[in-house]
Amino acid sequence: MNFSVILYLLGNVLLLEGVLMLLPCVTALIYREPQGVIYLLVALLCALLGYFLRRGRSQKLIFYAKEGFVAVGLSWIVLSLAGAIPFVLTGEIPSYTDALFETISGFTTTGASILRDVEALSHVSLLWRSFTHWIGGMGVIVFLLALLPASGGYNMNLMRAESPGPQVGKLVPKVSETAKILYSIYMFITVLEIVVLIVAGMPVFDALCISFGSAGTGGFGVLNDSCASYAPHLQWIITLFIILFGVNFNAYYYLLRSKNKKEAFQIEEVRVYFAVILLSVIFISFNIRSFFATYSEALRHSAFQVGSIITTTGFATTDFNLWPNFSKTILVLLMFVGACAGSTGGGIKVSRIIIFNRTVQAEVRRFIHNRSVEMVRMDGKSLDQDTVRSVSVYLVAYVLIFVASVFLLSLTGTDLVTDFTAVAATLNNIGPGLNAVGPTGNYADMSLIAKYVLMFDMLAGRLELFPMLLLVVPATYRKN
Amino acid sequence: MRIIIVGCGKVGATIISQLSKEGHDITIVDIDRDVVEETANAYDVMGVVGNGASYNVLKDAGIDTADLLLAVTDSDEQNLLTCLIAKKVGGCNTIARVRNPIYSEEVRFISEELGLSMIINPEMTAAQEIARILRFPAAVKIDTFAKGKVEILKFIVPEGSLLDGCALGEISKKVKADILICTVERKEEAIIPNGSFVLKAGDKVSIVSSPAHAREFFKRIGINIQRVRDVLIIGGGKMAYYLAEMLQTTGIQVKIIEQDEERCKQLADSLPKAQIICGDGTDQDVLLEEGVTRSDAFVSLTGIDEENILLSLYVHTVSNAKIVTKVNRSAFSEVIASMDLGSVIYPKYITADHIVRYVRAKQNAEGNSVESLYHLIDNKVEALEFKVQENAPVCNIPLEKLSIKKNVLVACIYRDEKTIIPNGKSEIKAGDTVIVVSGIQGFHDLSDILEEKA
Repeated sequence: MNFSVILYLLGNVLLLEGVLMLLPCVTALIYREPQGVIYLLVALLCALLGYFLRRGRSQKLIFYAKEGFVAVGLSWIVLSLAGAIPFVLTGEIPSYTDALFETISGFTTTGASILRDVEALSHVSLLWRSFTHWIGGMGVIVFLLALLPASGGYNMNLMRAESPGPQVGKLVPKVSETAKILYSIYMFITVLEIVVLIVAGMPVFDALCISFGSAGTGGFGVLNDSCASYAPHLQWIITLFIILFGVNFNAYYYLLRSKNKKEAFQIEEVRVYFAVILLSVIFISFNIRSFFATYSEALRHSAFQVGSIITTTGFATTDFNLWPNFSKTILVLLMFVGACAGSTGGGIKVSRIIIFNRTVQAEVRRFIHNRSVEMVRMDGKSLDQDTVRSVSVYLVAYVLIFVASVFLLSLTGTDLVTDFTAVAATLNNIGPGLNAVGPTGNYADMSLIAKYVLMFDMLAGRLELFPMLLLVVPATYRKN
Repeated sequence: MRIIIVGCGKVGATIISQLSKEGHDITIVDIDRDVVEETANAYDVMGVVGNGASYNVLKDAGIDTADLLLAVTDSDEQNLLTCLIAKKVGGCNTIARVRNPIYSEEVRFISEELGLSMIINPEMTAAQEIARILRFPAAVKIDTFAKGKVEILKFIVPEGSLLDGCALGEISKKVKADILICTVERKEEAIIPNGSFVLKAGDKVSIVSSPAHAREFFKRIGINIQRVRDVLIIGGGKMAYYLAEMLQTTGIQVKIIEQDEERCKQLADSLPKAQIICGDGTDQDVLLEEGVTRSDAFVSLTGIDEENILLSLYVHTVSNAKIVTKVNRSAFSEVIASMDLGSVIYPKYITADHIVRYVRAKQNAEGNSVESLYHLIDNKVEALEFKVQENAPVCNIPLEKLSIKKNVLVACIYRDEKTIIPNGKSEIKAGDTVIVVSGIQGFHDLSDILEEKA
């Protein structure tokens, strides 16, 4: 393993974090909050440390697949370790474990919180908390790839380790150009949401935080009731945007660049994604209509919750823990489906679900005609065996981590539904689960062990399991 | 530039590596998924799997916006078809690899009628390079500039020669010849030396001069410059055919040893003056019988690198012949350079150089564009030829007053049919042809040699 390239990357990540931490400092100036000084100090410290780590760069900046995965895994850990410091120093989250949980939850765009009273936080900390969603949504490494000088095709190994989805491809020949395009689209939609929300009457600070939260499909709000007290039309706007952020970004690229705009709507994953959303909204609306005064209110709440859960955002406008079993089950199932590959959302991803289904169908057909040659197809092209295999392995690894986590949590004395949905909500990067960790609850009362297990789950979920698994396997650290 | 490369074989991969280093947007197309994935992983390029001659595949690869398409698959016909279709769809410039001797005589007709910008034939260009070396065996490598009026010759400083232990500044006093030493290779180092640099036996030295002056220089330092009279070629592939044809016209006796009987008959039919031997060229007895110890030059052109290397090493031990070795793969080039293989020819580098030159010239159509380009030392030092236009920023200023980048040397100025080896007082004028030797890669324009103004 080439540790010097990894250190070089970690240095860059810290430097970038230092720069990004200046945004909360600006907030502190506006609201005249003394906590800003702490953020400024931590930012400087990060930048300084990053600068020194970068200086020790080796001659060859080559990330082979192994270094790529390990570097990305470590980057996210370092990012979170440093990002948690200000919460502790400002005294707003006194325990470092809690602060770390909150930060990891932020960067991995989970949105699971250990805070009982969000409104007690300073504006600086609230903004930083939401901003971590935005940074984590598209990914720090992808951001770095857009900035760093190009150093060959091996950069693709970094991008592949951080970007979600079974097949990570490029939009244009150069990795750095691809990264720039992705971030431009991301930034554009975020700014659009901020502007629309402000025009529609939301306070500027809330609009910023909510937009960061929905762009990264994170879910940290600024109010204790998440999004429940915002006006109905604001909730509709948020619903629309979170669903848009769950769409495969390739679709936006096709809309922008391709001469044939239809291509964007022909991506199977995007079609299935919208079909699932539509069906779920209809079913839940009928199921919960008796809870609300009007149909439109039922529709609004069901659309908001479905959008929020399938994109793994985790905002809530109502306590869906009180809904009938049927609706709750749909929501829990949507947690596993997740958003599209190549979006900012988490979960298993719609494209993987499509591939699972087709693999099973092909296998069933092979039982009927056992000499039949079956190809698994998506978007009109047959997938090669490697992709199908890696998707299947992904599911197995996913289930293993899931089961192990639920098992570990069961030792800590919470009830089964809480354990199950807590793992589902963190491994899929959603945030709220059911019962104790439902929309009105939080993760504050979980035991220390449970918190660390869930932190691992959040990172594993965001990085699609393997970078984190690689970090805990001893073989990674052997010389050859 | 946006470039599409169809075919990721040996030549394709070398071109991809060169062009992606120069920062172009490259899309590769190949029928083999594994090859596409591997190449797309190793270089910063995008891959498309499919047949490059298909309209839809080219669309996928972005032919609409491409500036240049290179077709370098195994098949000549497919390359031509790919270029034809690409031209019709995208209207971009196209370059095809065509290497069948039957077509090679009709290159001009084909490229004009099909609207190709260029046809490359790696075997033929490599054969040309070998022929040049055989005509002047004192050199290991010869690159020509200004339509053959200026050459850069590489040779090895022999033991006990005048040059051994001689500082560059003193050479012009000792040997009165109008030449300039532009690069020296010592072990793995590539040096662009200054006047105080002291040469040692075993150094690989490149000099720039006119062909006549070069001959004079070699005579004075006591290196034999007699051209070879007969050549023994092992392996009768396309390159051997092209080489034999070229050598015949200059009256050099050619003997080709080829294993395959059918191929021997074809060669005997198309090369009436050459002697064709049907036998195993790697068999020591066959070699001895065919007079390997007596021939002036030995060229190993079999399809297998290891065989070529072994043959050349063997011949080096039994004769003083001029040896030329063809090596296809570029891996382990340091090891190969350390062996006594005479002149080593890398056909794919020669091809890649041609293409890179074309691309750089295209990129800079209005400026002082690149006329020729050679890689002097692996991938470390380039020699470029520029045509100087009116108003170029380097014009009419003595060279010593120009702030030229480090590791860059203005090696030669060619003006009014005369080669000038420049000194500090020399000036570049519009209309000149200037040859620049540079340790920095990627120059497009003559003004790139100047230090950027801060």
